[in-house]
Amino acid sequence: MSHSTEQTQLTLVGGRVIDPATGFDQTADVEICNGRIARIGSISKPTGPTFEARGKIVCPGLIDPHVHLREPGQEEKETIATGSAAAVAGGFTSIVCMPNTRPAIDDDGRIEFVYRQAQRANLCRVYPTGAITKNRAGEELAEIGLMAEAGAVAFTDDGDAVASAGVMSKALAYVKMTGRAVMQHCEEPTLVGSGSGGAMNAGPLATRLGLAGRPSVAEELIIQRDVLLNRDIGCKYHVQHLSTAGGVEIIRQARRANMPVTGEVCPHHLLLTENDCATYDTNYKMNPPLRTQRDVDALIQGIADGTLTVLGTDHAPHTREDKELEFSRSPSGILGLECALPLFIKALIQPGVIDWPQLINMMSLAPADLCGLADRGRLIENGDADITVIDPEIDWTIDVNQFKSKSRNCPFHGWDVKGKAIATIVGGVIKYQWADA
Amino acid sequence: MPGPTGSREEGYQWGHRHLLGLEELSAEDIRFVLQTARGLAGVSTRSVKKVPALRGRVVVNLFFEDSTRTKSSFFLAASRMSADVLDFTAKTSSVAKGETFRDTAKNIEAMGVDVIVVRHSQSGAAKLLAQSVSCSVVNAGDGQHEHPTQGLLDLYTLAERLGRAGDSSEKSKVKNETSDSTGESGGASGGKCGGRSGGGAFDLSGLTVGIVGDINHSRVARSNIYGLTKLGAKVVLIGPPTLVSGGFREMGCEVCHNLDEALPKLDAINMLRIQFERIGSQQFPGVREYAHLFGLNAARMAKAKPDLVVMHPGPINRGLEIESVVADGPNSVILQQVTNGLAVRMAVLFLVTGAG
Repeated sequence: MSHSTEQTQLTLVGGRVIDPATGFDQTADVEICNGRIARIGSISKPTGPTFEARGKIVCPGLIDPHVHLREPGQEEKETIATGSAAAVAGGFTSIVCMPNTRPAIDDDGRIEFVYRQAQRANLCRVYPTGAITKNRAGEELAEIGLMAEAGAVAFTDDGDAVASAGVMSKALAYVKMTGRAVMQHCEEPTLVGSGSGGAMNAGPLATRLGLAGRPSVAEELIIQRDVLLNRDIGCKYHVQHLSTAGGVEIIRQARRANMPVTGEVCPHHLLLTENDCATYDTNYKMNPPLRTQRDVDALIQGIADGTLTVLGTDHAPHTREDKELEFSRSPSGILGLECALPLFIKALIQPGVIDWPQLINMMSLAPADLCGLADRGRLIENGDADITVIDPEIDWTIDVNQFKSKSRNCPFHGWDVKGKAIATIVGGVIKYQWADA
Repeated sequence: MPGPTGSREEGYQWGHRHLLGLEELSAEDIRFVLQTARGLAGVSTRSVKKVPALRGRVVVNLFFEDSTRTKSSFFLAASRMSADVLDFTAKTSSVAKGETFRDTAKNIEAMGVDVIVVRHSQSGAAKLLAQSVSCSVVNAGDGQHEHPTQGLLDLYTLAERLGRAGDSSEKSKVKNETSDSTGESGGASGGKCGGRSGGGAFDLSGLTVGIVGDINHSRVARSNIYGLTKLGAKVVLIGPPTLVSGGFREMGCEVCHNLDEALPKLDAINMLRIQFERIGSQQFPGVREYAHLFGLNAARMAKAKPDLVVMHPGPINRGLEIESVVADGPNSVILQQVTNGLAVRMAVLFLVTGAG
């Protein structure tokens, strides 16, 4: 993908430069030249324009391994262009989009379509994942090889689990051939209610509210099943949007046994619980659902001890009309791109669960490695200048009406947060700069 | 219009513009509705079955789900209070036509209505409606969540049968005052309809009430649980584990899977209809086995307290959850439930319109 380079020269001056790949963490200048990182160090006389980064964090561009861009087919919710704008506004230089579009992204032509639309938007890098099965129906393998050649960075039927153990076993073996990862939406479909399924976490609260539930065991079963299926295959296997304490433990055991298993956590599963569903506010309807404080604590423990290594948003735009439906009928999911960074800061940095280099690792290097993006998530001299500048001290209030996304479905509207991406640099070009910075 | 004032001397004030569920009502609120209903019950036995309390008000029956008795009951209740009633039946949610539930509600509100009585297949729909409109909303059943007027009429019927509805002299006094108010124009004097809150009336403490059947899918059960426990009764939920989740224990109920074990200690039993239309997949092996294990029949009645009060929200699956000899027998108050539903709904419409 080529990005135009209007600015050929830029020096980020005096920031705290963090590069998790090398363990680099010190005050330094970063010189960008012709879209690439020319030099990291002390630059006494920068040539060309400078960006004042003192007191700020300068790190590899953030990568979101889990977004829904809705194009093609549901452009009323989001497009690749508006999703890209939301991404750079949130500090992301690369995003990985899911194939549950209409039609599903299940062949090489549709992979190419995503790349082409992203190039037209010309904001951030957009990496498509391909469906594991044709039309995400869970029955026949999609053309995984052709999609891999066209640039699919991973394979998933996200939105649904691959329910059949037989199909999943074949998928793991076949995807392994491509070197890519299988990403699984872990949920046993026969346990989550009939029809469109339960609307929230199964348990006493769902019982009280008269809503059908989605039990934790539905997630745990699929994770455990896939770990067993993959035991002798060894494909890169990634658990998307993990929500349960039981799931954390299964991943912990699998990683102890050196299996190639990773787990991803979203902001809402760290900061909200099922109790937020009590007023039937559809902005709290997610899939997997918000669970209990015990699950939240287990996810945080999993992050603290290194069991869970990847942070994602599951950015899921829906229109106002979608979210004004009755709770059971309203679609699941919320916006994530433009508020994820401060929310992760709130959930993980402020309570001291992890430090800045670890957070940046989980939001850049780890997703890059998951998706086989060898030149992303790193600050390398002569590498692409994908850089995010973060002001860790800014106090601000999340306001969905300021979002670049086409949708407004976000329960974090009105939250007071700390920390923000103030400049998002893709290929050496500032694609987003906070007005006050 | 002067709002219903209740008993000023006790400082009680009805303060609800909507009736969405019994969860959000206090014991005092519930007793106040029941006492108000008791004051209005006489209207239905007079030759002219009308009071002018809601003259000039518009009540809309907004039913997204099939209903015969609840809709008729609300229709009659509103008519007896002299309100204009509009029936708005949507075969399915107009979502199918591209209009959201909220849009539909706002369109109806724009016609200038005072109360929307809503029945909907989705839990939380009444709440969503109340958030979308500025008129009063009365929940006539939302999915598997609540059916508060059914809960209230069950409480009323139970208290009446057991002589816990307050003394009869007071009842006739309220009745007379209500009769007097028929001469007044416009708003009724609410205080006269309202009974005295607190006191001994509608106190169910010491009673054990069983609810049998498909508790998981039942909005009637949930409203009954809130109402009964708030008025002091102990609730035992009875049915197979697939229809009675353990989660109900957190609502203060006892959960039991053996009807024969629970039956002897019950003062009243509410036999729920198996709602085949709400059960998505198989939840019990079959009706023959269900009737054997959980049906209320003559043989079982022999093991119950002789004055056990038998209730059923209707419509009855005769021979499945209840045998005809029991449904039509001396312990049954099933038809009184229907009669009392009218007074309870009159009271609810009266109170929500006055609370604005």
